[in-house]
Amino acid sequence: MSGLSLKYEVPGDDFTRAGEASSDVKRKLKKLGYDPDAIRRVAIAMYEGEINMVIHAGGGQAFVTIEPQRVDIVLEDHGPGIADVEKAMQAGYSTAPDQVRSLGFGAGMGLPNMKKYTDEMTIDTEVGKGTTLKMTVLVNHKS
Amino acid sequence: MKISDVAAILDAQVLVEGNMDTEVKTACGSDMMSDVLAFVKDQSVLLTGLMNPQVVRTAEMMDMHCIVFVRDKVPDATVLRLAEDRDMTVLQTRYRMFTACGKLYDAGLRGGCEKE
Ligand SMILES: Nc1ncnc2c1ncn2[C@@H]1O[C@H](COP(=O)(O)OP(=O)(O)OP(=O)(O)O)[C@@H](O)[C@H]1O
Ligand SMILES: [Mg+2]
Repeated sequence: MSGLSLKYEVPGDDFTRAGEASSDVKRKLKKLGYDPDAIRRVAIAMYEGEINMVIHAGGGQAFVTIEPQRVDIVLEDHGPGIADVEKAMQAGYSTAPDQVRSLGFGAGMGLPNMKKYTDEMTIDTEVGKGTTLKMTVLVNHKS
Repeated sequence: MKISDVAAILDAQVLVEGNMDTEVKTACGSDMMSDVLAFVKDQSVLLTGLMNPQVVRTAEMMDMHCIVFVRDKVPDATVLRLAEDRDMTVLQTRYRMFTACGKLYDAGLRGGCEKE
């Protein structure tokens, strides 16, 4: 395979570190000279997903593949899973506790936002087992 | 206006000095990073009362250049180091959110936290 494959551990017990993986991917894409709009879409979508893994699922792993025309992001956790994906996808739906809200998150905007910024997104989830979220950003796509 | 103008208008302390000559046209004021990520487009200044490192990360993902902490809030060293690493400017003003935003709007900065 021609792409660059990256793997990150996303710790679930340290909110202050959430976003490190997304930040690293963003820097790498910048260095590689990717289109700024594509970089921003990757960064926002992955960051939202990373934050979700930390606040809802106790952390997980991120796998990113960078190719010339596309960036693929896979976020895998072994958290509680999502019982009703359709509901979770609705803007404003959130199960985040007040404590998360006091940290500036939990508006129920993450998943809809990820959908908006990516070209493909699938959620594979099972209650009690965990969630795998796959997202693709096409680099030449004009949003 | 330039980031140096933002600092002057808000009578702000410069906690982290990035490029003060960077031109900024738009700003967003919010304590909810969720909303910033969802609604902001091409904003370059983030005003907030929230104090954790995710403020810097959110600004980073959105390509923002300047963070203003309102109400004299002082972020800890981790937050400042993170911003420094990313060549951002961090300002601190004694004004509260509404007043700080009002002053900047008055001086020509525009918003965009809502879908305009
Ligand atoms: N990885 C996950 N594991 C378990 N539940 C999740 C996961 N990601 C999302 N959810 C569920 O889906 C809901 C909606 O997620 P979404 O990201 O849209 O909003 P939020 O995280 O609650 O708030 P925001 O993203 O605005 O900070 C969450 O409140 C949570 O119940
Ligand atoms: Mg979320």
